[in-house]
Amino acid sequence: MSRTPYQFRRGALNALPFVLMLVPFGLLFGVVATEAGLDLFQTMAMTVLVIAGAAQFSAVAVLADHGPVFVAVATGLAVNLRMAMYSAALVPHLGKAPLWQRALIAYGMTDQSYAASVQHYEAHPEMTLPQRIAYYTGFLIALAPIWYSATLLGALIGAAIPPAYALDFALPITFVALVAPSLRSLPHIAAAFVSVVVSLLLAFLPYNLWLLIAAVLAMLTGAEIERQMKRRVTHA
Amino acid sequence: MLNDTHVWTAIALLGLGTWAIRFSFLGLIGSRQLPEWALRHLRYVSVAVMPGLVAPAVAWPAAAGGTLEPVRLIAVIVALLVGASMRSTLGAIIAGLAVLYTLLALVY
Repeated sequence: MSRTPYQFRRGALNALPFVLMLVPFGLLFGVVATEAGLDLFQTMAMTVLVIAGAAQFSAVAVLADHGPVFVAVATGLAVNLRMAMYSAALVPHLGKAPLWQRALIAYGMTDQSYAASVQHYEAHPEMTLPQRIAYYTGFLIALAPIWYSATLLGALIGAAIPPAYALDFALPITFVALVAPSLRSLPHIAAAFVSVVVSLLLAFLPYNLWLLIAAVLAMLTGAEIERQMKRRVTHA
Repeated sequence: MLNDTHVWTAIALLGLGTWAIRFSFLGLIGSRQLPEWALRHLRYVSVAVMPGLVAPAVAWPAAAGGTLEPVRLIAVIVALLVGASMRSTLGAIIAGLAVLYTLLALVY
């Protein structure tokens, strides 16, 4: 049942719900980028090379404001710094893959591909490395073309799309949906709570610093509570 | 009009930099075994990042004029409850979006 082609299809199937969010998000980016003054080729190059919606939006916002290039780049990179944590969290699962495969895995690392695959790997610890890679690849091959095409469509029809209300909100719902199934223990719930409270308190900070600080504090909270709970079990 | 060279430079640097961030640990640590304390922290990355990432968007949604708005809040709570109780991301996305668009259609 868990052969490699099976895991590839499994990854592709598990990616499908995210189409609901990637289509409006990609459309929106296509519209916003063209309206900001990027031509079709530039819009598509950014979507294919960067493949990270939130960072693309923030970089384009700076460019549209005629801000300096380095500020646009730094703003986008700050939004993506959280992916260094995803990169580290994938090491125990995919670190043994050959270098060229890790380079490709890095290209396709997003909030969705990271969270969905780690969730799957943790639920199926018996998976072999090729099966894990197959799952990740299936997930990406299902989603990446949707992201590219949605952007293309948005850029082509541009302002013809009415400012559809609540398109903005498919994204938060997707992220909540990614995390909700892992809220299965006290350390997980405590970490999520700290993450929410700290990010709201520090939301005034620039360059996504609020998120990075909230994430580090939340991670420390989860790990510390897990350690305390284990200690209590061994001492009892 | 935007300056073409500026735009292309920004695209190239953002693309390269983003890939470097993604490659960082996975690329450099590779198959070396991580210590237990590091693994313990890494288990919490997704619950540490994503709730914080969405919290401001839920509390102050830009499309609703930047103030807390009941329809969006209810949609997120439903997604959270369905996802946690059914252990299903698909269920959470469908329930959350269904509630969001139903309520929006009723209210506006």
